[in-house]
Amino acid sequence: MATVSMTVNGKAVTGDVEPRTLLVQFLRENLRLTGTHVGCDTSQCGACIIHLDGIAAKACTTLALQCEGAKITTIEGLAEPGGKLHPMQEAFREHHGLQCGYCTPGMIMSALDIVRRNGNNLDEHTIRDQLDGNICRCTGYHNIVKAIEAGAKAMAK
Amino acid sequence: MTATTSATGIGAPVRRKEDFRFITGQGQYTDDVTRPGETKAVFVRSPHAHANIKSIDVSAARKMPGVVDVLTGAQLATDKIGNLICGWMIHSKDGSPMKMSAHPALASTKVNCVGDAVAVVIAETIAQGKDAAEKVVVDYEVLTAVVDPAKAQAKGAPQIHPDIVNNTIYQWHLGEKKDVDAAFAAAKHVTKLDIVNNRLVPNAMEPRAALADYDVGTENLTLWNTSQNPHVARLVISAFIGMAPEHKLRVIAPDVGGGFGSKIFIYPEEVVCLWASRKVKRPVKWTSDRSEAFLTDAHGRDHVTHAELALDANGKILALRAKTIANLGAYMSTFSSSVPTYLYATLLSGQYNIPSIYCEVDAVYTNTAPVDAYRGAGRPEATFVVERLVEVAARQMAIDPADLRRRNFITAFPHQTPVIMAYDAGDYNASLKKAMDLADVKGFAKRKREAARHGKLRGLGYSTYIEACGIAPSQAVGSLGAGVGLWESAEVRVNPTGSVEVLTGSHAHGQGHETTFAQLVSERLGIPFENVSIVHGDTDKVQFGMGTYGSRSGAVGMSAIVKALDKIEIKAKKVAAFMLEAAEGDIEFKDGKFTVAGTDKSAGFGDVALNAYIAHKFTGAELEPGLKETSFYDPTNFTFPAGCHICELDVDIETGKVDIVNWTAVDDFGTIINPMIVEGQVHGGIAQGVGQALMEGAYYDAAGQLVTGSMMDYTMPRAHDLPSFHVGLTMTKSPSNPLGMKGCGEAGAIAAPAAVINAITDAIGTENIAMPATANAVWAALQKSQAPKAA
Repeated sequence: MATVSMTVNGKAVTGDVEPRTLLVQFLRENLRLTGTHVGCDTSQCGACIIHLDGIAAKACTTLALQCEGAKITTIEGLAEPGGKLHPMQEAFREHHGLQCGYCTPGMIMSALDIVRRNGNNLDEHTIRDQLDGNICRCTGYHNIVKAIEAGAKAMAK
Repeated sequence: MTATTSATGIGAPVRRKEDFRFITGQGQYTDDVTRPGETKAVFVRSPHAHANIKSIDVSAARKMPGVVDVLTGAQLATDKIGNLICGWMIHSKDGSPMKMSAHPALASTKVNCVGDAVAVVIAETIAQGKDAAEKVVVDYEVLTAVVDPAKAQAKGAPQIHPDIVNNTIYQWHLGEKKDVDAAFAAAKHVTKLDIVNNRLVPNAMEPRAALADYDVGTENLTLWNTSQNPHVARLVISAFIGMAPEHKLRVIAPDVGGGFGSKIFIYPEEVVCLWASRKVKRPVKWTSDRSEAFLTDAHGRDHVTHAELALDANGKILALRAKTIANLGAYMSTFSSSVPTYLYATLLSGQYNIPSIYCEVDAVYTNTAPVDAYRGAGRPEATFVVERLVEVAARQMAIDPADLRRRNFITAFPHQTPVIMAYDAGDYNASLKKAMDLADVKGFAKRKREAARHGKLRGLGYSTYIEACGIAPSQAVGSLGAGVGLWESAEVRVNPTGSVEVLTGSHAHGQGHETTFAQLVSERLGIPFENVSIVHGDTDKVQFGMGTYGSRSGAVGMSAIVKALDKIEIKAKKVAAFMLEAAEGDIEFKDGKFTVAGTDKSAGFGDVALNAYIAHKFTGAELEPGLKETSFYDPTNFTFPAGCHICELDVDIETGKVDIVNWTAVDDFGTIINPMIVEGQVHGGIAQGVGQALMEGAYYDAAGQLVTGSMMDYTMPRAHDLPSFHVGLTMTKSPSNPLGMKGCGEAGAIAAPAAVINAITDAIGTENIAMPATANAVWAALQKSQAPKAA
């Protein structure tokens, strides 16, 4: 066991983990932040995407110990403390960008990284291309693409 | 009911109640649930497709750190835990019952597919469990595997189950062979096709999971699992597997992350977790990783078919015949037998007036994962046969494919097909015409020329599909072999403050029932949408239900709610009559208000609800207090959603890569409660259908190893593989349920594969191409079709 410390959603946390413990296990099991999901074993589906020092990362292929001193944001850390949703969360609801909800946290975290990389005026082609690391089995992506386009615009306001 | 102008009533695109928890990471999926003292289950699985188990040694594993217990199939048998079953009886054409082999939850003498579980380690952590699982020593005698369903019945093929001759489960048929043969003999034109409906892995994004908790004090067992039908799971695990009496077993299916059929079935892992929890007297949790999911989730499709269509000189269809070999894998999964029979051959009439149809189906065992219902279940396979035959026939006869369809459409209802189904309503010309207009078929030739200038071959493909869903009348399915009735239940509880809880036997795993069901209740009772809660997925709360699959939750589940609401109105009117001192017959109910006809006396819904409970205005002899009603609704027929999808695509001449440039879907789903949710269902269905047509395929090698065993090998559509879709609607109401609903869940997955393949073959000028039509396959086909011209 080793001790790891990081900041998760603005709060300092510390935990004892095995060297092989993945970040997603640390988040889900140690911190009980179960919004970050595991959908595959191979870094393909993106259900586990979080932000590591502001950049999207797949928590299922990141060791918890790699994140010593890092700032992590998960889906639980997006809404304002008072409960006001992030514009991207609001856009997913408004545009029916989710059905079963399982891929949704990863989709939203990935969407925010697409905005970080490409700005607030996104076209359909860019969104579809940049969403390569996320798989959704329910929506056919149609409404996810719409949600990201609208969410990105709303973030500029 | 009529379309509403209310913002939350029937027909309104209400934003979903369930979304807040999902977009904030607060959903509660099975793996998110924990119990004090929870242990983890790790399964030891066979690396071989077909092998005898000579011995299993768990002694070293038991000594590993953190191990609580290691259990094997021998102990399962000692504890008299029953086998998994298939609940739909099919009889062969000679009258004999299907041959179902034993399916123990843990194999003890023989393994029949890669991933077959032979032992389970119960440990404090998953990592400790995995370490210990590696120390379980299993001595296998490897046998030759049967992988190809078309060769499973061959003389000399290895026998998978000793009691099942020629690996043949049944040899079933439907229709009148004599009539069909006569029609073919007289036909002017016969179209023949060999079709493989490719094997698919459902891949719901949430892997299956089970958490079992045995309460030592009460001897009650609770199971949280990823189920589309928790009550059926409880019934089977209790009555057939004998785990616990039904009243001592609670099954909770909390938020479930997609199902697509794969979470209907009762699986070995949930049985083992329940059994293990009772043995170790602690909660036991198993969560599938994706590799396990690929090996152990029931797969879909996997048909090998030869089909023929007979037509007269004018392109009028005279008859259809098909011979299908259906691969059911190593064991018969819960509803596997029904999929290639009554969910398949009964739809071979498509949207067409076909005087006679004959279909033979042989179901076989192979050393592969079990195969069962996957989105559409039999109906996509039927549509693919019919729509490919029709398209090819049209091209062979030089008739416009849309025109050939029109010449054969059923136009009068009800229509009795020669394969059991009685279509109750539809307008197939309307959906075809609307789709052709939306897709601008008239402008296609010009667009094709334009594409050619950019090195692309453009093609256009139709799929005018039909589906039978809203599954289904209990008596009808019972006569076809179903072991259960397929009604649905609803309980409407009106609280004293006038808010309402609806307990439904349906289950949602992405469909948005918490929203659509509340829309119905809110409109019917005239109460705010926010005042309605939908409760599902817990056998301790909902008395019984049949769950969600086959687009049955609207047509059957909501109909049950309607019936219960009717009873609520009757009872509430009695209460209102006492309150308003009027005759019961003079009470009218509208927009949430009870009034006395011809007076200005009235009482609001909330007042009446309160009076029902405080019971100050009537005696117990006159009326029972309370306001709660239940209904079990059994439909009178299947429903028959139908429509037309048109796929327009480009094939890159250099690479064979297919780009879908336009997708038009026009569907007739009857009454629609929430068009936003319905469109979402159509989108998702199309995506899975396009996945089947262009990229998805489960491949086993000759030894029975799954080659496509991860998301790196099994290709599923990503955002850049798909276009935005153009979705339109037509409407004929179903006369078979009070709301006129038909169902929308499978439409896209049923329609899409034929539309894609019809478009590709149109583009490259070949008659046939196998699914998945990958760039490589299309390129190879293109070399053949273009070769003479090139030379």
